[in-house]
Amino acid sequence: MNRISEAISDLHKMDMEAGKNGWLQGIHPLPKLFITILFILLTVSFGKYELSGLLKMGVYLIVAFVFGDISIKQLLKRMKLILGLVCLVGIWNPFFDREIVFILGKLTVTGGMISMVTLMVKGVYAVSASYLLMVTTPMEDLCYSLRRIGVPKTFVTILMLVYRYIIVLLKETERMTDAYMLRAPKQKGLHYKVWGTMIGQLLLRSMDRAQTVYDSMTLRGYNGEFHLRCKKAAGHGDYLYVVGWSAALLIVRIW
Amino acid sequence: MNRLEIENLSFRYGREGFENQVLKNINFSMGDESVGLIGANGVGKSTLLKLLTGLLDIQEGIVRIAGLEMKKENLKKIRAEIGYVFQDSDSQLFMSTVYEDVAFAPRNYGKSEEETERLVLKALEQVHMEGRRERQIYRLSGGEKKLASIATVLAMEAGLMLLDEPSVALDPRNRRNLIQVLNELPKAKLIASHDLDFVYDTCQRVVLLSDGGIAADGETEAVLTNQELLEAHGLELPLSFSRRNSIMGQ
Repeated sequence: MNRISEAISDLHKMDMEAGKNGWLQGIHPLPKLFITILFILLTVSFGKYELSGLLKMGVYLIVAFVFGDISIKQLLKRMKLILGLVCLVGIWNPFFDREIVFILGKLTVTGGMISMVTLMVKGVYAVSASYLLMVTTPMEDLCYSLRRIGVPKTFVTILMLVYRYIIVLLKETERMTDAYMLRAPKQKGLHYKVWGTMIGQLLLRSMDRAQTVYDSMTLRGYNGEFHLRCKKAAGHGDYLYVVGWSAALLIVRIW
Repeated sequence: MNRLEIENLSFRYGREGFENQVLKNINFSMGDESVGLIGANGVGKSTLLKLLTGLLDIQEGIVRIAGLEMKKENLKKIRAEIGYVFQDSDSQLFMSTVYEDVAFAPRNYGKSEEETERLVLKALEQVHMEGRRERQIYRLSGGEKKLASIATVLAMEAGLMLLDEPSVALDPRNRRNLIQVLNELPKAKLIASHDLDFVYDTCQRVVLLSDGGIAADGETEAVLTNQELLEAHGLELPLSFSRRNSIMGQ
């Protein structure tokens, strides 16, 4: 499977995970969004040397991943790129902050090292929490929740359309690269001489496809807003989820 | 009641001096019936359907749908009266699950969630896809996608269905299933296709487009068995007829 097919398959897998009948999937999207935002805010609020407190926040992720039956392997696979970026942000800290905090055997641990790890952990937590939300909540439900918490409709509409058009774009790219590779079997990738033509064609084709999708929407009454509704009604379990996790996360933060 | 009336409709693509006249003085009307719109490739079938939905602007002539003249101010009402099924189901289906996609139109037309659910279930029942309501779109087969596309417009409760090449890329079983589903729908349908066997199985009347105009308009049996007429306009007898003729000739 080439990288484009893999990307399409990953998106579909996420949709499929979100549609499963699991414990986390069964929770109303609004509480899940609220807890994710709270978790990220509390995580970010830790100071740059408060590594021990920050690590305790991982309880939320461990519980959710274990009980929600979410694949950690998939998370790590998808985090590869972001992880590099997160590491890059904190990598300079040890050079600027050389104040010795403690000595562990032969290893001298400086403030810069701790702040680097703290930054990395914060990044990993934020990405993991967002991933958790995405694989347990269908995009429509997620957008519904965003609207409910007051995110402007333009933003939500753009999010919905981008999510849909990304697949359109990837599929067009897949078709074109497949057609190319089948007629150039000895090449490892696209020859640089055809990049311009391919990009131009891709743009034209995706615009055409996007226009057809948009036509299909307008013919079914679309007037600039997705009328999102959630089929699930919030129940006692959802309230318990919010109260329970809010309390637990606040306790971990304060303690 | 006439679901659709077309008077002196003409349409051309391109700018002045580089024009490509696709439709010339089309006149035709239809009631609560199933009409096949046939013609060779590039004859303007899809263009005509797009004009009927307002996706293309009318340049000359008049189009009335459910008594409403195709004008900008009537477009919203007209679009609520027509259900357009695209040739490519992947363009028609853009939400994540079958339910969400079929519910898209009723929600846009302001139906309550209870009413939306009723319409979605009814539409899925009509295309025999009740068991697929929570299925992700990308997990549907080609035939199921086509049926789901039809369900998306059935949920609108539109008076007139326009179908663009509905049998394209369907295997024989799915094709037969689609024929059965369409024949069970008590709606006015305009089916653009060059699959003449499909048209024969689903339509009572046929309109033959050629050279931008209507070359024939009549009962399906009469038009589709007229070999001379079909061949003069770039078509051939439906496969089932030509096979029967060849067997009888032997």
